[in-house]
This record gives sequence, C-alpha cells and structure tokens, in this order.
Amino acid sequence: MANLREIRKRIDSVRSTQQITKAMKMVAAAKLRKAQENILAFRPYSYELRELIAHLTALIGYTAEIPLMVKRPVQKVLLVVVTADRGLCGAFNHNIIRRAYERVQEYPETEVELFLVGRKGLEFFKRRPVTINTTKINFFNDLNFNDAVEITNTILNLYQNQYFDRVEFIYNEFKSAVQQNVIVEQFLPFVPDEELVKSPEQVDFLYEPDKQTILNEVIPRHLRVQTWRILLESNAAEQGARMTAMENATDNAEEMVHQLTIFYNRSRQAAITTEISEIVSGAEALKES
Amino acid sequence: MATEFELVIVTPFGEVFRGEVRSCTLPGFDGLFQVLPNHASLVSLLEIGPLKFEHKDGKIRYMALNGGYCEVKDNSLKIMAESAEFAEEIDVERALSAKQRAEQRLRSKHADIDIPRAKLALAKALNRIKIAQLR
Repeated sequence: MANLREIRKRIDSVRSTQQITKAMKMVAAAKLRKAQENILAFRPYSYELRELIAHLTALIGYTAEIPLMVKRPVQKVLLVVVTADRGLCGAFNHNIIRRAYERVQEYPETEVELFLVGRKGLEFFKRRPVTINTTKINFFNDLNFNDAVEITNTILNLYQNQYFDRVEFIYNEFKSAVQQNVIVEQFLPFVPDEELVKSPEQVDFLYEPDKQTILNEVIPRHLRVQTWRILLESNAAEQGARMTAMENATDNAEEMVHQLTIFYNRSRQAAITTEISEIVSGAEALKES
Repeated sequence: MATEFELVIVTPFGEVFRGEVRSCTLPGFDGLFQVLPNHASLVSLLEIGPLKFEHKDGKIRYMALNGGYCEVKDNSLKIMAESAEFAEEIDVERALSAKQRAEQRLRSKHADIDIPRAKLALAKALNRIKIAQLR
C-alpha cells in the first residue's frame, strides 16, 4: 500500500508544475499576439519594396552592375540557421536543427559554414563536426529591427568579400499557432519575384538617380526587411509552438492529478477498511475470551 | 486642378502618416526638393535628412527621415523609410547619447571600427537632434 503522504506530495508537486506550465502558456500567448502585430505592421513596406525591385529589374534586365544579383559558381555556402534562444517549445528547435544538418549533407562537394541565430542551434552544433562562422544569440526576448540590420550587415559583409557564393536561411515559418513549417530559402544571390512585375502599359517614371544606383541601394534595404520578416516569423512560430506544448503539458498534468486523486482516495479507503477490520477483529477476539 | 495630394509614409513598423497635404519637401539624392500637387511620376532615393510637409489646413510638420525612397504617381506621394519620426516624438536624450557614441567610435582609431557605419549613425543622430528643435 502506497504511503498516503507520499501520494499527497506527488499531487501537490504535479499541481505546482501545472501552474508553471499554465503561466508559460499565457505568456507565450501574449508574446504571440505581439509578434503577429509586428508581422502585420511590416507587410505594406515589404510589399512596396518588392514591387519596386521587381519593376526595376524588369526594366534593366540581368546585369553585372547589380553585384547582389550576380550568380557565381557555388563553392562556399553560408547556412543561416534560425532557432530559438529557449527550449520548452515542442519540436520547434529540433526540426530546424535536423533540417540544417540534412542540408549540410546535401552539399557534399561544397564547403558549408553556419551562421547560428538563436542559442539552441549553437548548443547543438558546437559539439558537431561543422564549421560555425558566426553566431547571434540571446536576443529574441527583446527582438527589434536593429537585430535584423545587424544580421543582414554581417551576411552582406561575408558575401561581398567574395567569401561565400550562396546564402540560405533555414527557419520556422509561422503558419498558425499550432502549425510551423521548416523553410529553406535562398537569400543571396538575390532573385526578384517576377510575378510582381506590372503590365508594361504604365506611366514613365523619372528616376533620381539612375535605376542601377536605386536598385543597389534598395536591395540591401529589402534584404534587411527579409531578415526582419524571418526573425518575426520564427519568433511567432516559437511562441505558437511553446503555447501548444505548454497547453499539452497543462492538460497532461490535469490528467495526472485526476489519476493520482483517484489512487489517493482508493488508498485512503483501503487504509480505513483495514483499520476497521482490525478493530472489529480485535473486538471479536475480546468478546470471545 | 487639385491643390492637394495624398502623402503616405510607410516604415517597417507600419504606416506613420496618411493624409492630404499641399506640399512636401524631401531630402533627395542631390539636395532638398519639393513635391507639389500634380507632380510628374518620379522614383527618387532619399537621404538622411528633414522632411517637411504642409497639411491641408496650412499646418506645417517636420519629421526626421532616415533615408529610403519615394514614389510619386497619380498625385500621390509614397515615402518608404526605415524610420520616420515626427519632431514632437523624437527622444532627444537618446539622440544625444547616440551622437556621443558615434563620435567616440570615430575618435578611437581601432582597426575593427566600421567607419562608414559610425558616420551613418552620427548623421542619423545629428539629423534627429536638429529636427527635434523644430517642434
């Protein structure tokens, strides 16, 4: 027979764990809402930039004058792996890390180096046979646009010094609060989205200065916004994943408390029954003597 | 003839301003220029500098613009900037400390100092300090 006091203690401990998971779920929900607001806010800006770039590239055509669009033979690849800084968010980090690891294997002939964004990625890869080029960790809690600017500048520096021929991002896309998709996306060389090019019958614009200078100025801006988008998506996905994970944990704790309470009551009943039968048999024994 | 045109200012953090204005002065690629109603279609890069526009009711407002570009089309002016702050909203203390930080970095002759970046930061801070005085 289990010790009643021990079961009581167990129930209490599960309850307090449940309180923590419940609180974490609530915090994640609030942060998720904020992240979603940020995503909505930057969309018009991003759309305008993409439209202008698509339009200008359609006018200029492919040219070596736009260094960020020049395709070089791929000899060296930079993988930017975006994980979270914290755990307790289900398979969120694991999925990214697994995909990144696979991606490295997919380039058998090419040198691949990693840019790890988020602490969880670093924790995994620092003990693996991969080359880590750069890291940026412990910033998601206080995420702002400057982080995106910093990451983009680092990437552009590496790229422009002829060091890398291709840059890819691996991140979690925010589908909904319960669903995240792992995405591998080419970042550099830059490819404009052609479906945004408007019909040719539109007005003639004056360009100040010339189109190429504008493009060379606007593409880095676009890349900064892309990085910002990826960070926001990943952050929203992380909060969503954590929310789901913590909800499950809370439900499981509830289930466990329920089971333990039944067990506790049964044990208590059994203990009382034993005690009564002991008293009764004791009384019987006295009567007989 | 329209005497007003639509001005829209968009940043990565959302729309900062949308409304009818009479004129707008912008820090263009080679100097300040003004957009009036029925301006020809134009795409121009913008520098770090002051943005000034006159409301429909004649009220004049100033903003600190942090580079970007603008597009004029169909009597509407769209400004895309990484940041744009109204003079009233500028945090002067923050701008001053940013200025000091940038100056310090430029003075220290370390090899790992990114000079263009520090200069950019200084220009942004100076611009914001200047605009803040116009409130």
